[in-house]
Amino acid sequence: MTMRRLINLKRVEARRIYLTYFIVIAAYVICQTMSSTKFLSSSMRGMLVPICAYMVMAISLNLVVGISGELSLGHAGFMSVGAFSGVATAILLQKVLPFAPARLAIAMIVAAIFAAIAGFLIGIPVLRLKGDYLAIVTLAFGEIIKSLLNNFYFGVDSGGLHFSMLTDTTRLLKGGRLIIRGPMGISGIQKIATFPAGFILVMIALMVVFNLVNSRSGRAFMAIRDDRIAAESIGLDITKYKMMAFVTSAALAGAAGALFAMNYSTIVANKFDFNTSILILVFVVLGGQGNMLGGIIAAAVLTILPEKLRQFSEYRMLLYAVVLIVMMLATNNAEIKYFLSRLNPFRRKEEAE
Amino acid sequence: MKKTLICAVLVLAMAASAFGASFKIGGTGPLTGGAAIYGNAAKNGAELAVEEINAMDGTVKFEIRYEDDTHDAEKAVNAYNALKDWGMQISLGSVTSKPAEATAAENFADRIFALTPSASSAAVTEGKDNVFQMCFVDPNQGTASAQYIASKGLAKKVAVIWKNDDVYSKGVYDTFMENAPKQGLEVVSDTAFADGNDTDFSVQLTDAQTKGAELVFLPMYYQPASLILAQAQAMGYAPKWFGIDGMDGILTMEGFDKSLAEGVMLLTPFNADATDAKTKSFVAKYQEKFGEVPNQFAADGYDCVYAYKEALELAKATPDMSAEEICAKMIEQFTTMTFNGVTGENVKWAANGEVSKDPKGMVIKNGAYVGLD
Repeated sequence: MTMRRLINLKRVEARRIYLTYFIVIAAYVICQTMSSTKFLSSSMRGMLVPICAYMVMAISLNLVVGISGELSLGHAGFMSVGAFSGVATAILLQKVLPFAPARLAIAMIVAAIFAAIAGFLIGIPVLRLKGDYLAIVTLAFGEIIKSLLNNFYFGVDSGGLHFSMLTDTTRLLKGGRLIIRGPMGISGIQKIATFPAGFILVMIALMVVFNLVNSRSGRAFMAIRDDRIAAESIGLDITKYKMMAFVTSAALAGAAGALFAMNYSTIVANKFDFNTSILILVFVVLGGQGNMLGGIIAAAVLTILPEKLRQFSEYRMLLYAVVLIVMMLATNNAEIKYFLSRLNPFRRKEEAE
Repeated sequence: MKKTLICAVLVLAMAASAFGASFKIGGTGPLTGGAAIYGNAAKNGAELAVEEINAMDGTVKFEIRYEDDTHDAEKAVNAYNALKDWGMQISLGSVTSKPAEATAAENFADRIFALTPSASSAAVTEGKDNVFQMCFVDPNQGTASAQYIASKGLAKKVAVIWKNDDVYSKGVYDTFMENAPKQGLEVVSDTAFADGNDTDFSVQLTDAQTKGAELVFLPMYYQPASLILAQAQAMGYAPKWFGIDGMDGILTMEGFDKSLAEGVMLLTPFNADATDAKTKSFVAKYQEKFGEVPNQFAADGYDCVYAYKEALELAKATPDMSAEEICAKMIEQFTTMTFNGVTGENVKWAANGEVSKDPKGMVIKNGAYVGLD
């Protein structure tokens, strides 16, 4: 079914999609071989999983910002919902399910479900707004999620699951484990996130988003983005389509959050603050709104860049900012864009056609 | 062709590090950002110790490198991996608690021994046989503070202001609240703040004032504490102030009016005014090199390197050993040896990595730390 739909697509569009898949797969194969033959430094190896998580974040935010044209500034909030629910699930399953990849998969699915629920609940009030108002309200919701998680306690013992807010009143029985400990987050996480799992998640995210974008709903997203009133006048249900994009995006972000969290032994809600939301937005804007491949590349480059600048010690972040500005200017420069388009083999054929 | 070249370079690099006469010691800490005072102090202290040790004609020499982690677990793991690429053999863990938890797990997995100068959360060492601490664990600080306040008769009615989204603050707060009633202290006011609303403390201070607290306990880092002191003065509230080791550093904070901290008491393992030869020499050298009085973090960093020196000498370890071999020897030494440093005499470590040493009460007088006892 996917195939037929892709064939029906405009050929240029199909080529772009295949090119994206191809580049992601090629990058994975190269990194995986280099990693297994120890040619990749520890520093790079350590960044593979977070890069995958950030790529999925960029893809999912691109669906909201690039495709449906709503500026969301609270995307890290969904990531944290996913991170906490996913890790908690993985910990609960630790004894029942010793096979780590299966545990990781279930954790990511649960994370996606929880994040989708959060996305739906937040979407109800937020999607009534538009433009700057929507941006500010999503920002507020991102902060609310952070505050809630900072005051949330969740434990398990022989008597079952226990929750509490503000203070720890779970009163676990002996042998119980307090999994989420308010501001202390989750400690002692088993690191089960792997690079292959990250790659699979990136591929799934790409397939979901590409299929959605090139479907009837996807065209509705873009119609609403380009002209809301015209779209409404031909009978498109604005709220429904916006909600669809928002919830899908939240679910993917949740899965990415679970992947990210399970790459570290500890996670706190403060990690997913406003700065992280902005960082993801920067990936999307730098890569080009609506351009999935661009977002993916931007996520990889901007994660690796600060590490490669370590030799400059204190001037690191200053240089990072300068490089970022230069990149933003360069990628938006018409002449450079033209030059790049000439390098693109598919684009040239298109001109010849 | 290219591959063989890379191989050759790698082999050469390995050979060079194997025959190098010094141990590679690495650590991560916040060298930039909000917690930078801690990271830089620990780094300076450790570097000073390395300099001193390398100038001696002992068998143990060090090469030290600190990487910035901006007080973030993700960045700390990146920094740790960068150090691993550099060839780190023994580690100073991370300076702050949450990043240290993340890097300690890496230390454990890679079998690289770690002795953190100042990461005080209990989760840092939990379940890891090769991660040790130079500072007290957070829970101990809460207990010790309650005991100290009660035994010195500093106050009966106590207010607590704490940061409810911070691992360190929460850890101390929990045990303080558990132990304060046992010591006969009455906690009359218990208020919290979080990241983002940490600039206005009028609500918390008014609550403490109206409920008649004679002493306000501040289990937090120095930055919010400095604002609390300033705002309390502005509203004319002058209780006794009691902090823990995170308060250390308030005097070196840029733009802070030192007179505000007059009379603030804090519990820390290090007293820069101590008159023993070791502390005097450390403080003098530190001041000469960095132009400020060392705080507890600097002292911890300094002690860590000296503890390593002692342990490596006792274990007869040589720099050509792998990190794993050194790790096994260090575990053996640290669980048996007794160390005397600037942050305490007869310092011992338990097998779980926790340190046992006595906290010292300090008070700020005329813009300097003075021993309370």
